[in-house]
Amino acid sequence: MSIDTRITDDLVASKIEFVTTVPCKQLAGVIDEIDRRPEIAHVPSNKEDEGMGLCAGAWMGGKRPAIIMQNTALGVTLNTLATLTQFYRMPLPMLISYRGELGEPVACQVEMAVHTKALLAQMHIPTYHFHHQADVAELPKILEFTFMCNKPVAILTDASFWGGY
Amino acid sequence: MIRSEILKEIAPILRDELVVCNIGIPSQELHAIDDQPTNFYMLGTMGLASSIGLGLALAQPKPVVVIDGDGSVLTNLGTLPTIANNVADNYILLIIDNGSYGSTGDQPTYAGRKTSLAKVAEACGCERVIECQAEDTGRVLQEALDARKMTVIVCKCESGNAKMPVITMDPVVIRDRFMKAVQA
Repeated sequence: MSIDTRITDDLVASKIEFVTTVPCKQLAGVIDEIDRRPEIAHVPSNKEDEGMGLCAGAWMGGKRPAIIMQNTALGVTLNTLATLTQFYRMPLPMLISYRGELGEPVACQVEMAVHTKALLAQMHIPTYHFHHQADVAELPKILEFTFMCNKPVAILTDASFWGGY
Repeated sequence: MIRSEILKEIAPILRDELVVCNIGIPSQELHAIDDQPTNFYMLGTMGLASSIGLGLALAQPKPVVVIDGDGSVLTNLGTLPTIANNVADNYILLIIDNGSYGSTGDQPTYAGRKTSLAKVAEACGCERVIECQAEDTGRVLQEALDARKMTVIVCKCESGNAKMPVITMDPVVIRDRFMKAVQA
C-alpha cells in the first residue's frame, strides 16, 4: 500500500470528513488520494489561515476537519492558531510537509525549516515528526489524541519520510 | 445609516439563523443589540468570518449568515474564490461596507475608494452578488434567505460605530452554546 493511501485510509477511519489543503510537491499524492474518497469533502484554500477558518466552521458544523499544508506557511497562521483554534479550544490535525530538511534541494526552504519546531513549541502545539515511513503507524493515535484534547496538533513529514523529492 | 442601525433593523431576521459575526465592534454591537446562542462572535482573527461561515455552511444544512466588513474581506480576499468555487446554497455573506476600518478608528479602506467588492466577488465567480444601500438591507437579506441560493450582499453604508461594551463571555462558552444551537 502506498504511503498516500495509508494516510488517507487513516483520515477516513478517524472520521475526518472535511479537509482543506494548500499544496506542496511532497503532499501531491495525498491530495490526489483525498480527492478520490467520497467520505472526505476537499475544499482547497488560497492561504493556510483561511483554511483554518474553514476547518473551524466545519468542526462547529459537526464534521471533523484537517488541514494539509507546508511548514513555510506556519508564520502566517500563528495569529489564527492562537486567537481562533486555541482560544476557542478547537481540534485541528495539521499534516505538514516539513520542507528544508535533509535532502532539500532548495536553500530558501531551510530558512523556515530552522524556525518550524521552535514556533510550534512556542505556540505549545503538540508536534510529531515523521522521519521514517514506519512512523506513519502513529497517525491514528495522533488523530485520536487531537480530537480528545481539542487542540491543534502538528505532524511534520520530512523528505526522508516521503522518500525524497 | 451606520452599521449598528443596520444590525438593529435586521436583528429580527437574524434571530432564528446561524450567524457568524466579524471581529471587534460588529460583534460587540450584535451582542448588545440581540445576543443569541445562534450567534458566533469572533473575538480575534481578523478576516476569517467568511471562511468560518463557509466551513459551517458546507458541513451542515441550516442557513448561515456571515456578517463581515469591507476591511475584513480585504484582509482575506482569497476567501471570495473559495466561496465561489464551493457553492453552499445555505450561505449568505453580508458585507457591511462602510468604507472604513471601524474598530481601529475609522481609517479609510480601499473599498471606500476605487475598489468595488461586489465586482471583485463577481470576478471571483460568485453567481449571486447584490449591492444595496443600507436602508434596503433587511429586504435584500430576507430575499436571499428565501431564495436559498448562495448570496453575497454588499451593503453600502456610512462609517461610524455605536459605543457598546466589550464581550466578556468566555470563547469556549460562545463556541459551546453555538455548537449546541447548530445541533438543535
